[in-house]
Amino acid sequence: MKRLFFLLPLALFLGMAVYFAKGLTKDPSLIPSALIDQPVPEFSLPALKPDKPGLATGDLKGDVAIVNVFASWCVPCRAEHPLWMELAKRGDVPIHAINWKDQKSAAINWLDELGDPYARIGHDGDNTAGIEWGVYGVPETYIIDREGRIRYKHVGPVFPEIYTETIEPLLKELRG
Amino acid sequence: MKLAILALLCLLAVPVGTAVAVQPNEVLKDAALEARARTLSKDIRCLVCQNQSIDDSNADLARDLRVLVRERLTQGDSDDQVLDYLVKRYGDYVLLKPPVKSSTYVLWFGPLVILILGIVGLFFFLRGRRPAAAVQTAALSEDEKRRIDTLLHSRDQKDG
Repeated sequence: MKRLFFLLPLALFLGMAVYFAKGLTKDPSLIPSALIDQPVPEFSLPALKPDKPGLATGDLKGDVAIVNVFASWCVPCRAEHPLWMELAKRGDVPIHAINWKDQKSAAINWLDELGDPYARIGHDGDNTAGIEWGVYGVPETYIIDREGRIRYKHVGPVFPEIYTETIEPLLKELRG
Repeated sequence: MKLAILALLCLLAVPVGTAVAVQPNEVLKDAALEARARTLSKDIRCLVCQNQSIDDSNADLARDLRVLVRERLTQGDSDDQVLDYLVKRYGDYVLLKPPVKSSTYVLWFGPLVILILGIVGLFFFLRGRRPAAAVQTAALSEDEKRRIDTLLHSRDQKDG
């Protein structure tokens, strides 16, 4: 038994190697949100379009909702947009938007071109609400529960697989 | 000549190290506050470029955070309050230096623990060896002495 002690450093090394190797496979650009299970931050954004309301903290209480952060200059937003259009057509869950660091006219043109799936759109041209939400890029997608707490955050475009595997089950659970 | 070129190269190298992203219109009028903002900014990670501080980064989000830090300082926040504000929204990740707390003990103290383990291990290893080196050798018997004498003697004769 005592003779096997010389293997201890090797075992320690292997343990650390496995641990660090696992760390290397993680995507460093995905930063865990500090707001998971926290109430939606205090914010209030003006409307992007004259015929559609803006978005504020109070609007996110009472119903399970999706909040999508997008910008017209964001290419991956274009990639995920058909999914939001599809979901809006089904109408199961309201999809709200924060239009982040964008010009109003550019965003409106973008929605005219690709379709507007959103129930409410808040215009956040100068990142005031973005900082409150801890947004660090677009697109980002948040799931809000009935009590107005953030339950999930996805960074990057939501592809159909991510939706069916993660978001849809969570929405079902939250809606009870 | 060579020395002159070297000196010139050194001069060229300096601005790279001190280049900052802070724009003139961001700078606060109050020099003391600005100095605090600069020091704080050096410890805040730019979340887009990740291994740059917001003081170094030209990213748009870094600019927003620099302005935010200055706004909060002007409003009378302490340095810790500013950092708290950011950590609440972006998580510990926004700090370039990870905070010391239970989930980071391994990170902060792990290397020290390994060093101590190594020293303890080395201590026992060396202590275990010492008795072997200090073993008393038995004195030679008369017979053995005689044999050594003959051997040495015969060698002397051959050499001579």
